[in-house]
Amino acid sequence: MEGFSDFWSTYSTLIFTVGIHALLALSIWLTLACGLLSLANAAFMGIGAYTAALLTVNLGWPFPVVLAAGALAPVLVALTIGVPTLRLSGVYLAMATLAFGEVSRVIILNLDVTGGPEGLNGIPLVTEGWHIVLVLAVVGYGLARLRRSRVGRAFEAIKEDEVAARLMGINVDRHKLFAFTLGAGLAGLAGALNAHYTFFISPREYGFENAVDILTMTVLGGISSLIGPVLGATILTLLPELLRFLHDYRLAVNGVILILVVLFLPTGLWDSRRIRAWFAGRSQK
Amino acid sequence: MLEQQLVNALTLGSVYALFALGFTLVFGVLAVINLSHGAVFMVGSYAAALVVTHFEAPLWVGLLAAMVISGLIGLAIDVVILKRLRARKAPHLIPMIATIGVTIVITSAAQGLFGVEVQRFPEEMLPAGDFTVGDVHVRALELGIIAVSFLLMAVLFFALRRTQLGRALRAIAESPKAASLLGINVEGLFHLTSFTAAALGGVAGALISLNFNAITPFMGQPMLHKGIAVIILGGMGDIRGALIGGLFLGFAEVMSKAYISSQMGDAVAFGLLFLVLLIRPSGLFGRVLERKA
Repeated sequence: MEGFSDFWSTYSTLIFTVGIHALLALSIWLTLACGLLSLANAAFMGIGAYTAALLTVNLGWPFPVVLAAGALAPVLVALTIGVPTLRLSGVYLAMATLAFGEVSRVIILNLDVTGGPEGLNGIPLVTEGWHIVLVLAVVGYGLARLRRSRVGRAFEAIKEDEVAARLMGINVDRHKLFAFTLGAGLAGLAGALNAHYTFFISPREYGFENAVDILTMTVLGGISSLIGPVLGATILTLLPELLRFLHDYRLAVNGVILILVVLFLPTGLWDSRRIRAWFAGRSQK
Repeated sequence: MLEQQLVNALTLGSVYALFALGFTLVFGVLAVINLSHGAVFMVGSYAAALVVTHFEAPLWVGLLAAMVISGLIGLAIDVVILKRLRARKAPHLIPMIATIGVTIVITSAAQGLFGVEVQRFPEEMLPAGDFTVGDVHVRALELGIIAVSFLLMAVLFFALRRTQLGRALRAIAESPKAASLLGINVEGLFHLTSFTAAALGGVAGALISLNFNAITPFMGQPMLHKGIAVIILGGMGDIRGALIGGLFLGFAEVMSKAYISSQMGDAVAFGLLFLVLLIRPSGLFGRVLERKA
């Protein structure tokens, strides 16, 4: 037990971060699984974080309610912007969500209630390790059930071929909106949990770079299953710790990974089909 | 006062237009959103500043260096990455993700090589002197920036409209397959387009950093966002649209900074972009130029 508490005190921050990143990676997995590239998830995370932090600091609401509000606020925003935005296809959607992220960042930067560029200070530290584990487990279970459901199959059909999916009688627009909104809610939840752990939040944490970081995790892990995004989040959170010797060039690693994965490993590290084939091949020998 | 702002808007707008031209050219010909265009722009600034500072070369050599070095980087991105993705017929979001990776690599390389401090051109190298017409002061530098931008744009327009090369490029923009059947060297022109686009981005970087005389590794990202705003305003892949959109954004930004609020300037640009996307995704002036794979 002694050893465990030592381990925990040394690495708890890292484990927390892995958990938060895994949630974020799953949030963008949802939209990617439906064939949508959304670069708004960092902004949704920010909206959730600010909503939750402001409710705790100013109104003193209980933590579970605050978390729910942190997830609900981005859901409402996503519903509002999703209806017109999701009509846009492919690259147009990516750019619209990018623009939305930029607008939200500039707005947070210029409001008084959010503390502007200085950010919000003194958020009570309420999030505990088991909160994140529990949330991650519930979300993971829920998404696993979702994948096997009618809705999950519809997502896959839309991703493969939108026109064909529509011809099969799938309500494409509604499914896209659902994926987009649920992803926003997850990102907001991650933001709310994170805000009550880091004590301090600022607009800088929710910019384009962060959206790209989240995307990198999911692309690295692969989107063919839920394991991929979690794996990608874990690797990309631990990697910078291992690469400290690279100093200023450390960040370049993320970029190199993105390029290499896109070029040589288009389905990501964890491709369930490839892994199944690999095991099948071994058992035959 | 208003006249003064108009000069500022024209300076900024012409550089935005130059930057967006390269961006939109790549989309029109290669059907790729090249998100590394901002990083290439930043490289152009450093290239010009280094050449001018270390070799004490005249400014025009600096601009030329910015074009060549940025162009070569653009060419390398095409040969090493985009070409493979084309060969694989990767879905159109994949090159976007790959070029985000390129941006991260170039930005952190610049950070490692040059540090995060602001770099400047030596003050004595900048053209001094200004003209006064009535109440309006125009710096010689601003006039030079406007002249260089419009000159380069005129050359590009002429090349695209009047030469055999331009016709070939427009044929590729319609359909690469048909162009290739007509005996056009499609791959070669993809490389040339990547080079040209990046060269324009690089010279835009050099011009912007001359105007504000501040260079950092992070200057590419906001510019990229503005470039996106411009080509969506003008219609993606639309050359004329990029020119009008760039001037328009320069105007909107300078005016909202001058008359509304200095911080909200950026929000105005992106709010506008967001609105255009919702109401008229094909751009204010453009037609939809989306190739279905």
